[in-house]
Amino acid sequence: MVSNLTVGERQGALAILIVLTLCGLVMAAAAAGHGDPMEMHGYLVMLFSLGVMAILLRGFLAPPPSEARLASYYDDPIKVGIIIAMIWAVFGMIIGDWVAWLLAYPDATFDAAWASFGRMRPAHTSGVIFGFGGNALIATSFHVMQRTSRARLPDQLSPWFVLLGYNLFCLIGISGYFMGVTQSKEYAEPEWYADIWLVVVWVAYFILYMRTLARRKEPHIYVANWYYLAFILVVAILHIVNNLAVPVSFAGAKSYSLFAGVQDAMTQWWYGHNAVAFFLTAGFLGMMYYYLPKRAQRPIYSYRMSIVGFWGITFFYMWAGSHHLHYTALPEWVQTLGMTFSLMLLVPSWIAAANALLTLNGAWDRVRDDATLRFMMMAAVFYGLSTFEGSFMAIRPVNALSHYTDWTIAHVHAGVLGWVSLIVFGSFYALIPWLWKRERMYSPTLVEVHFWLALSGTLVYVFSMWNSGIIQGLMWRTYNDSGTLTYSFLDSVVAMHPYYVARAIGGLLFLSGTLVGCYNMWRTIRWSSAISAAAPDELAPPELLPAE
Amino acid sequence: MFKTHYRIERKSITLAIAIIVVASIGGLMEIAPLFTIDETVEHDPNMRLYTPLELAGRNIYIREGCYACHSQMIRTLQDEVDRYGPYSLAVESKYDHPMLWGSKRTGPDLARVGGKYSDQWHTAHLNNPRDVVPQSIMPRYDWLSQTELRTQDLGDHLRAQRTVGVPYTDAMIANARADAIAQASPGDADEEALANRYGKATQIRTFDGDPRTVSEMDAIVAYLQVLGKLSDATQPKGK
Repeated sequence: MVSNLTVGERQGALAILIVLTLCGLVMAAAAAGHGDPMEMHGYLVMLFSLGVMAILLRGFLAPPPSEARLASYYDDPIKVGIIIAMIWAVFGMIIGDWVAWLLAYPDATFDAAWASFGRMRPAHTSGVIFGFGGNALIATSFHVMQRTSRARLPDQLSPWFVLLGYNLFCLIGISGYFMGVTQSKEYAEPEWYADIWLVVVWVAYFILYMRTLARRKEPHIYVANWYYLAFILVVAILHIVNNLAVPVSFAGAKSYSLFAGVQDAMTQWWYGHNAVAFFLTAGFLGMMYYYLPKRAQRPIYSYRMSIVGFWGITFFYMWAGSHHLHYTALPEWVQTLGMTFSLMLLVPSWIAAANALLTLNGAWDRVRDDATLRFMMMAAVFYGLSTFEGSFMAIRPVNALSHYTDWTIAHVHAGVLGWVSLIVFGSFYALIPWLWKRERMYSPTLVEVHFWLALSGTLVYVFSMWNSGIIQGLMWRTYNDSGTLTYSFLDSVVAMHPYYVARAIGGLLFLSGTLVGCYNMWRTIRWSSAISAAAPDELAPPELLPAE
Repeated sequence: MFKTHYRIERKSITLAIAIIVVASIGGLMEIAPLFTIDETVEHDPNMRLYTPLELAGRNIYIREGCYACHSQMIRTLQDEVDRYGPYSLAVESKYDHPMLWGSKRTGPDLARVGGKYSDQWHTAHLNNPRDVVPQSIMPRYDWLSQTELRTQDLGDHLRAQRTVGVPYTDAMIANARADAIAQASPGDADEEALANRYGKATQIRTFDGDPRTVSEMDAIVAYLQVLGKLSDATQPKGK
């Protein structure tokens, strides 16, 4: 892979890695004096940079690549991104299922601080959202932006910087939780230096995207790119504002957030809800708008629905965050706005879901026969279902029951298992044979097995959490005839046990599906009886035709 | 409208700017007024600050990720008020950087847990929750008693808090370490100075039952015991 880099790019990479190693050294040296966990992070940065440097130096003196490379797309970072995403998926899901069992059997863990629920839970959420989801988004965006622009990436260094730099952020963040380094802001737990590093990586990502678009040979920017662009831009805004903080010392990990109390709560859930919107929805809609029509070999059903869906989602979502704070000390006018926009949000969400499902008209026989396309179809169905559920739960009286309960957990997992994971697996199953020039996945049967494991796991998970959430909510508000509360809090904890066991089993099913998928992907990559030519349908981008 | 879009989607910079503008409106409309509208946060001139020991305890609460299972926000619903006490007011988390309102109750709300249980109960419960509540599913935190609290940089913590808007005085910052030790070691000379700085209601006890050292258990119990007690805004008038 290094041999594909030009000599200038190799030198640039080396310079960046040396600077990064020095940064790690400074961090470690600054924190070493007073036993701060930032010291470990300094070593981690050094180790990471030196590891990448070792790979770089092994091919450093190889002859420069031929000019012929410029005639084809640059796919090396995409391949690596897919593999990294699957590694994070396995890690994040193992931790997730482990903490799920802990809620049923609280002593099923090591007698150590790092292995307690509170430290492992963010490792699960960040591992799957940022590790698995983020790498899948970066890898597929590199693929989609090149294909839909009919342009090669502008250089070969910045995609590696984005991909590996992003993973360094994930490593710093997640290793930090195990050491107790966290801001305790949901989905924004990494501390200030990790946050600053992510900003650097993200700016590079945006510039790379714009440079690729500037080189495009298509006059129009395809709809998938709108979503990826919204993902990059809005996540940047959210990340910067919500992570504004003052470090206690530049030689330590701890910082205090700039905002407090009600303003902090509103900022946090403006961030939290739109992390769902622009990390877990917009980017993956970009994925859906490319891989689903490609795999179905059908043009997108409606150009106009794409436009209305896109701008509706971009505008309405940003108002909806306050529905996480119904009946709290947040002023009621903000709660009402949040609820109103959450309800309106259903319209563009369902337009996007319907646009995907209607695209399959004329290809439903493929959905039946092809598990890869069925992954994407089921993802669109779950997207429609969970956005409906989300709008429903944003209604104040419904939220009175559902908030603080496992219903929220059911809702989130209907989204991330049913929608995000399924669209990623479907896209990967389509993409891997294209990238590695294979005729098909190694085993279509195993794709089928993965589909049913993932679907059954999601359903078991979601149904058990719906049950537990609604029972919890009802138990907390039940009064007896004398006008006092019927159940103690502990009664509700005891009542959850069977559902927590069922949920952990559902998670285990989903995890086994992922492991089957990893095996199948690995065999496909290592498969020697490959055809050499790319599948013909890969060469042209999907058509964007109006339905009329 | 679709014709305009037909033009916009041919220009990447225009498209990027349009996304930023469209996406910014919601946040600006909902967040910015919270800083300017006066009624957003109630006024409580007698609001007390976290002592250095309580702040250290709060940082342990943050470090261990307690927010994943415990909320600190009692909603304006009858059953919550009956179960946990008066509903939470914005002023009560006025100095909370960051707020810990939480989003999930795998365990009960803690906004008013202060004073509800004894120090002994908290220490035993944190050591192993199932010793006192057999059906509990909370993790054990038995290392807290054995870990000495880091007090030497508490002054820096208070200074950073002052930077983000918490009115700690110079005297509080200068004496942060001594105050933390004094709060967990009753009988020491600087007890009165501590009460003068942070108010008569400051609880000075050996929270973990071991007067020899100031442990992380002292800090977290001191924090839990002050939850819901820093502001009088929820107390009925005349009390």
